[in-house]
Amino acid sequence: MQPRIILDSKRFLLTLNRLCFQLIETQKDFSNTAIIGVQPRGIYLSDRIHKRLSEITGKTIAYGIIDPTFYRDDYRTAEKQLTPKATSIKFSTENKSVVLIDDVLFSGRTVRSAMDALLDFGRPSKVELLVLVDRRFTRQLPIQPDYVGITIDSLTSERVKVDWDKVDGSDRIWIVPAKPNEP
Amino acid sequence: MNALSVKHLLGIKYLTREDIEIIFESADEFKEVLNRPIKKVPSLRDTTIVNLFFENSTRTRISFELAEKRLSADTINFTSSGSSVKKGETLIDTVNNILAMKVDMVVMRHPSPGAPVFLSQHINASIINAGDGTHEHPTQALLDAFSIREKLGKVEGKKIAIIGDIRHSRVALSNIFCLKKLGAEVMVAGPPTLIPMYIESLGVKVEYDVRKALEWCDAANILRIQLERQEIQYFASLREYALYFGVNKKLLDEIGKDILIMHPGPINRGVEITSDVADSPNSIILDQVENGVAIRMAVLYLLSGRKEV
Repeated sequence: MQPRIILDSKRFLLTLNRLCFQLIETQKDFSNTAIIGVQPRGIYLSDRIHKRLSEITGKTIAYGIIDPTFYRDDYRTAEKQLTPKATSIKFSTENKSVVLIDDVLFSGRTVRSAMDALLDFGRPSKVELLVLVDRRFTRQLPIQPDYVGITIDSLTSERVKVDWDKVDGSDRIWIVPAKPNEP
Repeated sequence: MNALSVKHLLGIKYLTREDIEIIFESADEFKEVLNRPIKKVPSLRDTTIVNLFFENSTRTRISFELAEKRLSADTINFTSSGSSVKKGETLIDTVNNILAMKVDMVVMRHPSPGAPVFLSQHINASIINAGDGTHEHPTQALLDAFSIREKLGKVEGKKIAIIGDIRHSRVALSNIFCLKKLGAEVMVAGPPTLIPMYIESLGVKVEYDVRKALEWCDAANILRIQLERQEIQYFASLREYALYFGVNKKLLDEIGKDILIMHPGPINRGVEITSDVADSPNSIILDQVENGVAIRMAVLYLLSGRKEV
């Protein structure tokens, strides 16, 4: 199978903008909202959404990043050593409406561990999930996103890869063959 | 980031520079965890760890136990006094009996140099050396270097003086290995009787004048005189040692530069270091203790996640 692009940079920006406006619709004035990106690759999306939302609304929106590594359930079985990334939540999540942001929703296990990590920081009044790519029919846990950039039906032998302007030179979403040993 | 190259932490000698850097990067994140409202993560909730202490310890034992609890591991504490060791049980028998109760990792302090290495050849569980006689104390060296990195920005190229009883100190040996691997310049200083012969072969400078060592260094790691390990008298008296080799405020004021003051504890106040130095703003002795928990969490976490190959 050849790698193929399913979202080019032009449509990518449209999708990003749409997600921002969806958040503006539901989160009102953002005074009680916090945006939290999930490490490692969800933070590229959360960075962009947070920046764009600040531009559109002109407001300061609480923003943090969270690393779910210590809460994962595949710690002993993962092929690679799971090494931690930075967590930075410099505000109280108590009674806040939190929007968790990740790039690709696949099994739901990362989101589960990110939620566990998040709840150790306090008791938010509400937690929602925003993802750029929702891979349908691949979930291993009962987790569904509240905001979706693009929904994809793909084979489990394939992998969805998101390129970011900041790190990969261009905004794109690819479907590529899975590497050996990958789910 | 890759996994550690070792299954046990027996000594810094067996680690690569990359291993040390992986441990530091993980410890950075654990330090963040320790400053959260809930200072605990569930990573090792399926792991049982035994702390085997055949020798006295305050800091190291509490620090390991806290690190284990912060990682949600189950812990068992063992001290040789009051155990069957007194009835003549061998080390391997003791440990195998404990492992038969499904224990996954062993943290061990032992008065005999090489005891953890010996044990690692006979059992399957991961072993962490918490100090073996006068040989190595790897987690102490890691937390010392981690504290230097935190305060001075990096370890590479920094000048570190280790002052005091080098001969009987496992902290000194592990520190030398660790700092050299990270690219620091290392000097040992103290009375000639307490500096082992041929120590230059480890790539360290030797100085018998503490003032000159202090003038040279960016950070001074001051070690305790280990009277309990000294089978003969190596210097005339503690008063004389304090006079000629102790670090005091007057000496530091005369040198007049900012030197990071470190001490692995326990401190003999008024002997190797005076109280006004140990409690001065340049002293990072309590930061070292704080970092110890994060470093030990990182070591336990990284070793427990290692896949068998």
